[in-house]
Amino acid sequence: MARISAKDIVVDFPIYGAKSRSLKNAVLHTATGGRLATDANERVIIRALNGLSFEFKDGDRIGIVGHNGSGKSTLLRVLVGAYEPVRGSIKTVGRVASMLSLTLGIDVEATGYENIFLRGAIMGLKRKEIETIVDEICEFSGLGDYIHMPMRTYSSGMYMRLAFAISTSVAADIVVMDEWLSAGDHAFAEKAQSRLSNLIEQAKMLVLASHDENLIRANCNKILQLDHGDMVRFGAP
Amino acid sequence: MGKTVTQPVMIKWLASLEQQIHAGFSTGFPLIGRGVHIGNRNQLALAAKDFRDGIVSIHVWPMLGWLEIKQRYRRSFLGPFWLTISTGALLGGMGPLYGRLFGLDISTYFPFLAIGFVVWLFLAGIITDACVAFIAAEGYIKQMKLPFTVYVLRMVWRNLIIFAHNAVIVVLVMLFWPPALSWHLLLIPPAVLFIALNGIWVGLGLGVLCARFRDIPQIVGSLVQVAFFLTPVMWQAGMLGRNQWAAQWNPIYHFLEVVRSPLLTATTNWNSWAAVLGITAIGYTAAFLLFARFRARIAYWV
Repeated sequence: MARISAKDIVVDFPIYGAKSRSLKNAVLHTATGGRLATDANERVIIRALNGLSFEFKDGDRIGIVGHNGSGKSTLLRVLVGAYEPVRGSIKTVGRVASMLSLTLGIDVEATGYENIFLRGAIMGLKRKEIETIVDEICEFSGLGDYIHMPMRTYSSGMYMRLAFAISTSVAADIVVMDEWLSAGDHAFAEKAQSRLSNLIEQAKMLVLASHDENLIRANCNKILQLDHGDMVRFGAP
Repeated sequence: MGKTVTQPVMIKWLASLEQQIHAGFSTGFPLIGRGVHIGNRNQLALAAKDFRDGIVSIHVWPMLGWLEIKQRYRRSFLGPFWLTISTGALLGGMGPLYGRLFGLDISTYFPFLAIGFVVWLFLAGIITDACVAFIAAEGYIKQMKLPFTVYVLRMVWRNLIIFAHNAVIVVLVMLFWPPALSWHLLLIPPAVLFIALNGIWVGLGLGVLCARFRDIPQIVGSLVQVAFFLTPVMWQAGMLGRNQWAAQWNPIYHFLEVVRSPLLTATTNWNSWAAVLGITAIGYTAAFLLFARFRARIAYWV
């Protein structure tokens, strides 16, 4: 079962300039005395998410839409657990696959083969589990003997092929994606699409943020629209 | 006179620091005690869970720690053994010189300096790296959910690996000037373990503070440099004469002593062991409370 229930979640970003991020200020304030409360109030805060409540259930394919800076990426990061909301609660049931960054944890000096293990471990797999999928990843990426070369020797296309292959190799209950993933040249892109679709079909829930309306319409059965951190719409498209 | 003026200032300063940190937590809820409910669990429980989950992630932090060593020495023929060589070269130069300056016999001074310096490098490395334990993991922290403790353990593990390479020098020195065999030598592995354990709380505490206040890494960096000269690494505590307090009140001295005294004098400095155990207990308590209070803010600060 997969479920995400959020109740009144608020995310504020404190903006630290040279001013309040340095200790100097804290020390100086003692000298002047008593202005701390004011300072705390004067601090710039950006409210990225403003009291969102929603319930994602099994079978939901949620498209998150909104302008730049409307809070889409922040919401995705809350959903994968990177940001904890400053207020409200969020409860997640099910294994979450964060596809916010395909290349996170990749070391370009290591070989492609080594990187399968590196990234696999970061994705939460044990060595034994990675060993069972490593051949399939090598095969799918179509890199042949290049898999044993350092990744810095790869072209950007080859690099993305492998990163894509690793990231999409693990089944999850909840797939969280920032923009639709694609990789490689035309032939590989088709292969990649069917692999991704397959992964998403197996997942119990998809959360996809995108600017592409057609994409959202094709893949999602619910839409969550954000505007300046407010949820202005949530429901069928 | 000096005391009466500085104490209220210090208290006020600490209070303002507390408030500044608190301001970083923008809602200003008192987290300890009443507890902020994120998914109905209070922050202490969440911090404890983070700590537990981090430690059991043994497929992640040892690998990440090794990776950093490998990245640094990739394509170099000797790899991390350059650490051994550079430390060895430094000792080879410093040992005879300072031995002569202090008028000490090389056979007593060189082992003293070699052991002390290698342990010092371990301690200083942990303290310096603790500052960037979270800052350096920004990429991971913002994209995915791993226990924060993982990044601290990675830092301690990496320093342990560096220490292991430097320890080769100690072994060579001991082969040349063998230490007196005694059961006290058995206390060396636990002493090293305790240094690593203390590295974890230092990493949690300094990691949080440095993520919030970016001046602290700089302050710590200069303090560590000064500490090298104020700590009995090159000179011996005995040289202080009546001013023994200068060593006794230096926490780093005790961490050196628990490793050094079995090898050099075939004794165990129980005084230092008591200090180490005390520091471990106090450090863990303080760092854990700090971590519990601000754990949820780290992702916003890095």
